Order: sequence, then structure tokens, then C-alpha cells
Amino acid sequence: MEGLSVADANLVMYLHPSKSRNVSQSILRELGSLLFKFNETFDGVLLAYDVNILDKQAKILSGVHPYFGLRLKANLLLFSPKPDMLLEGKVVKLSQESIHVIVLGFSSAIITAENIRGEFKYRTKDTEELFASKSHKRHVIKVGTMIRFLVKSFDEEILHIIGSLISAHTGSIRWLDRHLEEDSKFDRSSMKSRDREWLGDKTVDEGATPMSYDNHIKMSKKRRITE
Amino acid sequence: MGLELPKYPEMEEDQVFNFTDSEIVSHVKQALASVLSGDNNSYNQLVGVMHHSKHLAPDEVALLETTLKALAGAVSSIDITHHDSLLSAIYCMSMWNYGPHVADALAELIVSLAISNGKYLDLCLGMLVSNFTPPPYFLDKLKMPHGLERKGQVLSRVHAAFKKIADYVPLAPLRLLTIVLQGMPTIYHKDRAIVIYVENMLKLESGEIGELVGSTILMAVVDRLIELDVEIGWDAILQDDFSKGIFEMELEDVDDIEESAEPDVGEFRLSRKSLAGNSIAELLDNLLVLTFEHLESCEREGRLAKVFETLLQSFRVTVLSAYKSKFAQFVMFYACALDPENCGMRFATVLADLFVQDSQPQPTRMSAVSYLASYLSRAKFLAASSISSMLKRLVDWCLEYCEAHDGDINPNAHRVFYSGCQAIMYVLCFRMKVFVDVPRLKSELLIPLEQVLKHKLNPLKVCLPSVVEEFLRQAKAASLFTVCKTFIFDGLLESELSRAFGGLERLDTFFPFDPCLLKKCDSFIRPMFVFWSMVKPTYDDAFDDDDDDDGSSDDDLVQDFVNENEDIMNDEFGKSFDEQGVDMDEFDYALKKMSITPKATSNYKFGGRFQEPARMPSRIRPSTSPESL
Repeated sequence: MEGLSVADANLVMYLHPSKSRNVSQSILRELGSLLFKFNETFDGVLLAYDVNILDKQAKILSGVHPYFGLRLKANLLLFSPKPDMLLEGKVVKLSQESIHVIVLGFSSAIITAENIRGEFKYRTKDTEELFASKSHKRHVIKVGTMIRFLVKSFDEEILHIIGSLISAHTGSIRWLDRHLEEDSKFDRSSMKSRDREWLGDKTVDEGATPMSYDNHIKMSKKRRITE
Repeated sequence: MGLELPKYPEMEEDQVFNFTDSEIVSHVKQALASVLSGDNNSYNQLVGVMHHSKHLAPDEVALLETTLKALAGAVSSIDITHHDSLLSAIYCMSMWNYGPHVADALAELIVSLAISNGKYLDLCLGMLVSNFTPPPYFLDKLKMPHGLERKGQVLSRVHAAFKKIADYVPLAPLRLLTIVLQGMPTIYHKDRAIVIYVENMLKLESGEIGELVGSTILMAVVDRLIELDVEIGWDAILQDDFSKGIFEMELEDVDDIEESAEPDVGEFRLSRKSLAGNSIAELLDNLLVLTFEHLESCEREGRLAKVFETLLQSFRVTVLSAYKSKFAQFVMFYACALDPENCGMRFATVLADLFVQDSQPQPTRMSAVSYLASYLSRAKFLAASSISSMLKRLVDWCLEYCEAHDGDINPNAHRVFYSGCQAIMYVLCFRMKVFVDVPRLKSELLIPLEQVLKHKLNPLKVCLPSVVEEFLRQAKAASLFTVCKTFIFDGLLESELSRAFGGLERLDTFFPFDPCLLKKCDSFIRPMFVFWSMVKPTYDDAFDDDDDDDGSSDDDLVQDFVNENEDIMNDEFGKSFDEQGVDMDEFDYALKKMSITPKATSNYKFGGRFQEPARMPSRIRPSTSPESL
């Protein structure tokens, strides 16, 4: 999956003097307020942070600002989906019109019928709705399936993604991982290189599912807070 | 699958066709798509269908339902720029206007629209939030069975829709929160709309989404209570009739309520009367009742402790800092009453903590101790041991203060100390009898108190004369300690010195948990409340000894009350107010069942009241309003 990155950030945080009693708590609170919101400075959605306070003593800013500035060094986990990136998510709702996906447990994505390639046909099987591939019988997308899809656009305010299943290397992750190698050498090489590029960040273990990224994020957030 | 589609606008009247769902969906899709090519005909018909709202014939209802369902299937073809007239028609629809089937279809459409594109999310949530309140014409019907049924239908659909949207768009609750808070009617909407809106907010709080947004919503509700509270000025409660003396006793006996129809039943009634007709007071009363009922449901679901923490936080931020809040604090009182051991004690501890912290601003500390004093005196559900432990904390703090400070009376410099002393005396006026009988408490609590009161700072001279007088009277009767100097009070409510330590805010005369003046709210509070008339002062001992049935000394009483409260809570007050039919007669019956005061004593009190009025000021009324000081 693409779109996740780790950034080393040098930040200066301005705190109100009333927060001086508990500086570290208010820094965490300040950073916490940025979580799960798109931030233009970071060019992404902040998912997790690890912060080091560099200054032992804060500087009171001269002039009219009563705030004091603190230099921080922070490790940030960012989510910044861009068009044509490959994302992974879990199908939560499926109808003839659309597939609804949740990415990383917080961002919702929709793939409408016109963005689903003709190979997939909508069917109902024992009242269960699904999209099944015509060419590969076992390639099925239904509620609960983890799928890989391309980003068409990203609404930064709502964190809503419009995705597509047009290209051949998209679809059910489980099926793709098993069959893509034999199926299409070309697709495989292009996808692997993408993946390798992204895994270069070493943020996430290979083979981890997006759900476990999510857990990882939640855990680290929790750890921050308890500190 | 086959749906009969009667009278689709472009069809001929006498023909009835059978269409499948997917055919209708594709028809609607075509209509939507034709707009892009400039042909608005069928699209306009579609919009026209949406505008049908009142007095629909059965076939029109069916048409509307089918169209809504078809649109839900075709949301991906809706374009925010080209189909804005359709979208605005949909957003203007109110579920209150339609029966269950159309409402279902509408809810389904809104959910599909909200999850189809981020752009629609806020609008859809906003539309659902606007369905919190019925259209104005419906407000009058709310109390009727038909109205109630419709209300249940609409609200259950709205909240189910929130749940669904949140399932598919995990961050939706955050957006919902802002929309709910922004859409909240202001205090200037003095109609019933705010009541039903708040009801919805509380429903949201108790639902699944409440996990995420509950605490903020609850705080917003409390904030609104406070806003309404400050809208009711103290002068609306206070009367100009000073001929009765500034001291007013609380005429709050069982018989009084029975005579409530009669004109002259004392201060309590009168001031309630002065509130009657005050629309804000009525509104606040209704909102408080809603909040109480919500707290009850939280208690049933076992999540009162969590809700209480939120309430406590909002109490500290808003209620405590509001200038002499009159009613909003009863939310805390009621929450404490529901769980005296945990919440009740937690509240008292937090107040005591605030009082002893030097870092807190003086007014906060003084209000905190006023709240504490009033709470400890008035809460019937508190065990004697908890009250004594709190008092001990206050006495210890005062003792320490005395040791650290020397010098003469200075009301200004030692405001916090004097307010602490007054708090102790006030509580003891209510509870002294319980403590005097226990030797351990006497030595731990009352003996150190003597040192405090006889210190050179001389709290007895500075604190409110009315409180001091009552306290000394009881102390003397209990032969606790005697004061060598005689104080001449002349029944004064306040003195120069007390006014001085109270400061401009007059925190010296602030007793937040005095009897609640709101009628419906009072009926919730009453069973857990200690009225001054129920207090057995120590100086009544002589008479009590004559009675045969004095097995009910105060500490027993405290215990009895707790038990009886539970019973009453179960059989009478467990029901919501509406279920009880808001019947004061029934309520009085419940009161009688409680047998608050033993008959004999109560008779005595009634007979004796006029010769020897109990002079504890239940509702102390400043002789002048603070502004004029």
C-alpha cells in the first residue's frame, strides 16, 4: 500500500503561558488535536507522532506575543493519498452501484460502478451481494474482502477517497497476491517496484494488513498519551 | 421485486405498469443524465415529486416512496452542480411530514448520498440534524398520541441513519458533532423546539456514537442550562416584600404542598409563583427534567460513573464559575443522589479539593466551599460518616490556617477562611444532632472547631449572623461549648463584616442547593432533599424526650431516608415524569408515605412554628441586590 510515509519534522510550538504548568502534556494535546486531520504543512493526514522536546528552557517571545516557543523534533506518520496511488482497504458495503471501502480504519472510500472494470460482474449469491470476475472464478469481492484500488481523488476535508478498480493489478488482495505472479509478468514487476519503493520507508512490516497498521497506530497513540 | 408504480407523471392516468426496481433506477438515472444534455423535462418532474409534502393521496405517497428509493439507487449519477435543485429539494424534506414508508425511503436516500461522496456528508448530516425538531405546525401535536408516535418514528430513523453513516464513514461523528453544536437553538428560541433538540442530543449521547462525541454534547447541554439559568435574574426570584423580614423560613412541610392551591403558604411558594409565567424558567425546568431522566437511564445502563466525570468537568468549568448559578447545579445533585457512594462522594471530594488548593483563585475556592456546605446539608442520601469526614477536612484546614495566621479580624484578607468557617457552621446547623451523639466525632470534629471559632480572627463575628446565631443556639443546647462574649444579632441576616468577606460577588450569602424553585424539577429533587423543616435541631431535645417514639434520632433518620428514597425511587420516581401524568396529588401521596417527620413532632412543629419560628435562613435573600452595593 502506498500513501503512508514517515517524516522527521522540526517543529516550533507556541504555547500559552497558562500551559506552563504542564508543558509536555500540552504539547501532546496540541499534537493530538492535529490527528486525523489533513494538514497542509505536512501535506497529509497525521496518524501518529513521536515527539522529543529539544529545549530544556523555553523562550518567551518578545513583543506582543505572550506565548513561548518550544523547539521539537517529531517523528510523524503521515497518510497522503495522491491520485494513482495504490491503497488497500476493507469492503464494508457493496451494491450494484458501488463498493464502499474503509482504508486504515478511518478513511472512507467509494468505488462507483463506472470505476469498476468490466471483468467484474455484480451478482447475488445466497442473498450475499458480490462482484465476481468473469475470467477468474475465484476472484471475488464481497463485504469483508480486503481490496487494493487506485486513488482517483481525495477529499482533504472529509478524508474521503474516490477510487477505481479499472487497472488489472487492482482487486482482492488475497487473490492478487496468489495469482498475479503467474498471470502477468508485466503487472507484477510494475507493482513490485511500487511496493518496494514504498516499503523502503520501513514503517510497516511486510505482509502486515492495513488493519494491523491501524492497530499499530492506535497503540502508539495510546502509548504517547499514557506517557 | 415487481413494484407497482402508480401514476408516474408522464404516464397516462388509466394505465398501470409493472416495473422492476432496476428499471425505475435506470429511468431516474436517465432523467438525471438528460440534464447534462440540456433536457430538463423529466428531471423537473423528479424535482416536482420531491416538493409534495402535505395532504398526499395514497398514490402520491407511493410515487414519492418509489422515487426516493430509485434515487437512493442512483446516487452516483447525482451531480452537485447540475442537480442542485434536486439536492436542495431533498435537503428541505422533513421526515415529520411523512408516514413510516416514505421516511424509511428518505433515510435510506440520505445515507446513500452521505456515503457516496464527501461533498454531501455535511449536508446530509445537517439535514438529519434539522429533523431533530418538527416543523412549527407540528409542535402543538407533540403531546398527542399521534404526535408521540410520529416523533418516535422520526427520531429512531434519524438516529439509525447516523449509525449507518458512521459505519461507512468512520470520521462522520466528528463532523456530526460540529453540526449538532452549531444547530443548537439559542436561548432566544424560547419555544419547545430546544427541548426536543436537547432530547435528541441526549439520545445521541447514549447511543453508539456517544462513545466519540458524548462528553462534548453533554457539556454543551450543561452550558445551555447555565445560559438559561443566568437569563433568570435573581430579582425574578427575590421579592420586594420586605415587610415579612429578611429572614424567611422554609415552609416546606407536607401540608404546605397540599395547600398549594391556597394563596398564602410562605416564601417558597410565593417565589415559585414569581417564576410562574416566566417562559425561560419553564424551559429550564423541562430541560432539567430531561437531563434527570437521561441520568436515570445512564444509571440503569451502568455508565453513570463515566457520564458523571464529564458532568463534573463541566461543573468545574461552567457552573462553578457562573455567578451564583441557581438551578443548573441540581444536575449534579441528582447525579450524586443516583449513586451516593461513588458520585456523591466524588463530588464532595472535588469541591473540598478545590477549596483547599492555594493555587485556585479566591472566588473559585469560596464558591466551591459554598457548594460543599449546601450539598452536605441538603443531600439526604449522604451517610453521616461521609459528611463528618468532609467536615473534618474543612476543620483541619481551618485549624491549620489559624495556626499560620495571626492578627485581628480582617474580612477582606481572610475571605477564604471565613467562608470555610461559615460552611462548617452551616452544615452543623443541619447535622449537629447526628454528630453530638457520637463521642468520637465530638472529640475529632467539634473540639478542634472550638479552637477555630475562638481564634483571634473571630469567625463568629464575621460570618453571617443568621448562621452563627443558629449554630450557637444549637451548640449551646448540645452543651458543646459556650461563648463568653454575647453576640447581639437582632435577627440580622447579614452584617457589615459578612458583607465585606463576601465581596462584591456576595459569596457569603450563596447557598446553591437551597430548595429548587422549578416545579417539575423540584419533584425529582424533593425525595432526596433535606428541608429545614425536617432538621431536628439539638435544642428540641427536651421535647423529643417527652415523645415516646423518639427512636428516630437524626442519624437513624438519615439512614431511613436513604432506604425510603430507594423505595420511592423504585415505585414512584422510577417512572418518568410523563408516565406519572404530572400529578402533584400522587406526588404528595408519595411524600406522605415517606413520613419524613414523625407525626407527633410534626404537629408540635406546626403548632409551635408561629410562636417560635425556626430561624435558619433557608433561602437567604440579600436585602439589596449586589449591583447596588
